[in-house]
Amino acid sequence: MANNPSLIGRFTRGLWSENPVTVLLLGMCPALAVSNSGVNGLAMGLASTFVVVCASSLVSIIRRLVPGEVRIPTYIVIIAGFVTLADLFLKAYFPEVAKQLGPYVPLIVVNCMIMGRAEFFASKHKLLPSIFDAFGTGIGFTWVLVILGSIREILGSGSIFNYVILSEEVFVPWVVMILPAGAFISLGLMIGLINYFKLRAEDKAL
Amino acid sequence: MNIILIFLSAAIVNNLVLAYFLGICPFLGVSKRLDTAVNMGLATTFVMTLAAVITWLINNLILIPYDLPFLMNVTFIIVIASLVQLVEMFIKKMSPPLYRSLGMFLPLIVTNCAIFGLALFESLRGYSLLEGLFFGLGGGVGFTLALVLMAGIREELEFADVPRALQGAPMTLLIAGMLALAFMGFAGLLSV
Repeated sequence: MANNPSLIGRFTRGLWSENPVTVLLLGMCPALAVSNSGVNGLAMGLASTFVVVCASSLVSIIRRLVPGEVRIPTYIVIIAGFVTLADLFLKAYFPEVAKQLGPYVPLIVVNCMIMGRAEFFASKHKLLPSIFDAFGTGIGFTWVLVILGSIREILGSGSIFNYVILSEEVFVPWVVMILPAGAFISLGLMIGLINYFKLRAEDKAL
Repeated sequence: MNIILIFLSAAIVNNLVLAYFLGICPFLGVSKRLDTAVNMGLATTFVMTLAAVITWLINNLILIPYDLPFLMNVTFIIVIASLVQLVEMFIKKMSPPLYRSLGMFLPLIVTNCAIFGLALFESLRGYSLLEGLFFGLGGGVGFTLALVLMAGIREELEFADVPRALQGAPMTLLIAGMLALAFMGFAGLLSV
């Protein structure tokens, strides 16, 4: 298969150079809202990955059948359908996680990252590239959420993935980190740090 | 009294943007200039209040009586999308000057998660119709407040010497963090 390398390229693009959160600034609402612990970040990331892969595949399959004028409503209904599926699945098998994430699971519907993939990629490409593209985007989204969630969890409650690593005697948790303000500040610093390394790499290349 | 509390809670204490992270995309994208921020805020408030009422009616008159709450996501998003379209056509016909100032923001509102989130919170908390109306209005006012504050700060920031890596989105997020901290000060004010 000659186009295999490009498939892998499509996958890795979402991981770093076109990462939905740190580069394209899409899907910021869930990235900020549920990254208060590593587990929440992981659950949200995987649920979003599921939705983006399924929605992109379906959009790619029916791309020739959908008239241009009604494509946005069509895509949003497809996305909403898969989100409901993910929502019911989480509620049935992981009730505690579903309770923690609360209304942010249905809010995946309006995650612009998923709409963006459907509109800019899946509606113009064949099934296989669309799947790889969506999968890369989803995993890119997930790793940012897990890292951000872990940082906030360590600093905010002294634990990682619910295992206490810093007991209260040696470390006073920074409660602000698990509050909204901490989300904004840590994501801001994280994107700033990534930009810093990118700029330094660019300067070296010159 | 309860209604006033819900309004204040949605507008200030539990600000949609700074406490629930709803509507971050327009908050980051449309907060560069003060006048566009005000227009965007007004358009969103208008659609939000309408959406709060209509989704309440659909949820309580159709979805709950017929035991269909699993259709909530799909219905709400369709209602919001068509509502925005309707409002756009209505304003275009009735008031061309208003359309010129709000027009380009209306399509953006469809993907504003604040409206969808507001409708979800409304049904989750089981508000009555009147409470829902004020919840929607308060949410809109809170969104406008956050957006206008941010735009004001960013206009001043034009003259500041921001490190190259922090320019743009990272700086905006850091400012939003400071704003969220400031808004936390209101937390003791009410308990709704």
